[in-house]
Amino acid sequence: MEAVELEIPARAEFVALARLVVSSVALSRRELADDRIDDLKLAVSEACTNAIESHAAIDLEERVTVRCEERDDRLEVLVEDRGTGFDPMSLPEHPPVTDPERLNFERGLGIPLIRSLVDEVNFETSDAGTAVRLTIYCGPAEPQ
Amino acid sequence: MELGLDVSEQNGKAVLSVRGEVDVYTAPRLRERLVELVAQGKHQIVVDLEGVDFLDSTGLGVLVGGLKRLRSHDGDLTLVCTQPRILKVFEITGLTKVFAIHDSVDAAVAAD
Repeated sequence: MEAVELEIPARAEFVALARLVVSSVALSRRELADDRIDDLKLAVSEACTNAIESHAAIDLEERVTVRCEERDDRLEVLVEDRGTGFDPMSLPEHPPVTDPERLNFERGLGIPLIRSLVDEVNFETSDAGTAVRLTIYCGPAEPQ
Repeated sequence: MELGLDVSEQNGKAVLSVRGEVDVYTAPRLRERLVELVAQGKHQIVVDLEGVDFLDSTGLGVLVGGLKRLRSHDGDLTLVCTQPRILKVFEITGLTKVFAIHDSVDAAVAAD
């Protein structure tokens, strides 16, 4: 298995770098259409944003790790933070989009987006932080 | 990372053309610009997303906040977007039912 690991400072300006690295790795994969690369890029952006915000919430200077693992039949991206964690199953539900109250909710769209965009998502949260594993199925890397 | 924000006026509406990537780093600038426009009395705003390469939930949140702010002034915020990759983000989140999304700036400024 090939892996590319990136550690980014937990600051907003570095989320674009994480997107760039992950999409570069994804571009080398066979059978991965451009729109699926866009899906992965967006999911990574959402996961990194959550990670950075979880560090900011407790003034934590530590870096966020983004690891791309290339397997034969899939690409996995692991985003790890050292924040206080959260329960992905207990997110507040937004009112229906037709309800005017919906406009009171500017946040909370990231996790539903991640769930829709990738083939599998796994959240592991503990006192040590949160690890989000994003999986997208595709062929192996192009031969060099 | 640059975020281009240009404002013009057409048919009595403010047209805010956005270029670049809208994410957690750049979205605050978009929010500030929208707040400024509302403070200047621009209550009909068209946000042109045709030059946007990337938009995540932070950007969506700013647009939802802008719409809320404008509705409180009896105004409206409408969008111009034809790019499938950007439209998809609105579709997944159901926000295509919240925003009027037009194919061109001309169509957006002509709409009631």
